Amino acid sequence: MTEEVLLRENWPPPAPGAAPLSRMVRAQAGLELRTLVRNGEQLVLTLIIPVLLLISFGRADLVSVGPGSRIGFIVPGVLALAVLSTAFTSQAIGTGFERRYGVLKRLGAAPLSRRGLIAAKTGTVLVVEVAQVAIVLAVGAVLGWRPVASPAAVVWVPLLLLAGTAAFSGLALLMAGTLRAEATLAAANLLYLIMLGLGAVLFPLTKFPAGARPVLRLLPADALADGLRSVLDYRGGAPGTDLLVLCVWAAAAIALAARTFRWE
Amino acid sequence: MKHAPAVQIDGLVKRYRDTTAVAGLSLCADRGQVTAILGPNGAGKTTTIETCEGYRRADSGTVRVLGLDPVSDARELRGRVGVMLQSGGVPTTARAGEYLRVQASFYAHPLQPAALLAALGLTDSARTPYKQLSGGQQQRLGLAAAVIGRPELVFLDEPTAGLDPQARHATWELIDGLRAAGAAVILATHYMEEAERLSDQVVIVDHGRVVASGPPTELTGSAGQLRFRAEPNLELSGLVAALPADARAKESPAGHYLVEVTSRVDPQLIALVTAWCAEHGVLARDLQIESRSLEDLFLELTGRDLRS
Repeated sequence: MTEEVLLRENWPPPAPGAAPLSRMVRAQAGLELRTLVRNGEQLVLTLIIPVLLLISFGRADLVSVGPGSRIGFIVPGVLALAVLSTAFTSQAIGTGFERRYGVLKRLGAAPLSRRGLIAAKTGTVLVVEVAQVAIVLAVGAVLGWRPVASPAAVVWVPLLLLAGTAAFSGLALLMAGTLRAEATLAAANLLYLIMLGLGAVLFPLTKFPAGARPVLRLLPADALADGLRSVLDYRGGAPGTDLLVLCVWAAAAIALAARTFRWE
Repeated sequence: MKHAPAVQIDGLVKRYRDTTAVAGLSLCADRGQVTAILGPNGAGKTTTIETCEGYRRADSGTVRVLGLDPVSDARELRGRVGVMLQSGGVPTTARAGEYLRVQASFYAHPLQPAALLAALGLTDSARTPYKQLSGGQQQRLGLAAAVIGRPELVFLDEPTAGLDPQARHATWELIDGLRAAGAAVILATHYMEEAERLSDQVVIVDHGRVVASGPPTELTGSAGQLRFRAEPNLELSGLVAALPADARAKESPAGHYLVEVTSRVDPQLIALVTAWCAEHGVLARDLQIESRSLEDLFLELTGRDLRS
């Protein structure tokens, strides 16, 4: 391509037309990924906090985790937390401010369709999650983690991660599309802390009152952590119920977000 | 459809709760022309443009953009129409050049992002994040994003608001270039000079309706003014009675007299006014014939009350 000079006298005539969808989605996902990597707060949330929790909970005897190895208990919980931070908190805050600053409105006039935009966002989330999973597994291995994996873990782990991503993304877009950006920022961080502390993400469910346990097991972060734990810290059985819980959350949140999302 | 007007609006009505933003507005913007929509704040300019862009649905009336429905044919229109919002729309941490390259990749035959940045004086800001650009640079980046896809039709909502003179001229050059290349431009603006310089057609809107439209020279040239100075507080009723029915006479400020007619000032009018002066012993000083500026017409049509 030669460098052209645009002047009033030789302005190029109109040549309208949209690019192929795949090119648009790749370009948008690239922009979102670069924006995310440049944002320090998001990196703290998605990478540094999970890794610090993994190191501190994995080494120190902060809580008794019951039978089995401490690190074997913690790694699946931190994986669930990584998905929670990226698909839910980070995505809710990012999308909430995009809506506030008219970015979503302006994209509505561009050839990239809403489906295309959601594909780009999902792609970005998945790329970040792959990096998170790799880092968490590597740090876990350094800390002495040797998974006692079920033979079917190669199928279950991706299924659970995808279902968890769908559920958290649906919840993120439900918040970002209805609340003010500042409210989304506060609520997304608060819910992150609540889901981190409640139920089986980092603490064994036996630490909670017996009456609360059946309810806690229905929370999406719990279902994801419990499901991952049951195949990576294997003691028999398959996480069918956990997957079902995640799928129900995903279906409900996505359906509700699709109905209520306001683009401006 | 190939020869449908760029924008055709018939009887557009748009209400928000109990306020009516647009109240039966009609206009037609031709292809290859610049159409300026002028109006005070709250006149319905942005609502009208955003209805054309597919952001709002008309409560009644029809809107056709390139012969298509802006809501149901949005998919087809998005590749053919460029949009610049009044403000914002760019991710705050995206860099100017990076953002424009991403926008370019949404279109089949885009302009070169670097060349467009250069044309708008943004080359040195290519690596600057959007939130660190000045207001004028942000405006120009929004304009660049609206035209990067080489659209047939561009909607610009107050593109030069808050720009310094250099940036304003660069924007005007770009709009002129677009028109010369055959694109249609719909331009909402507050600036009379901008509308007079750039547009083939001016549409003045107020309270959600069109109050005047036509080529700027026709709008202003068809009306004339006669000004003179004399002693203050003359009784003007005799003059008004002598003047043709379409003429008005007033004193504003004290000692400054203005006679306005909707046609051109002709020799008969001057004779009428000077005859009245002679009859009343009035020495008219600084007698001047002027055609109205677009601003005079605008203020006359939309009043002098301040708008929110």
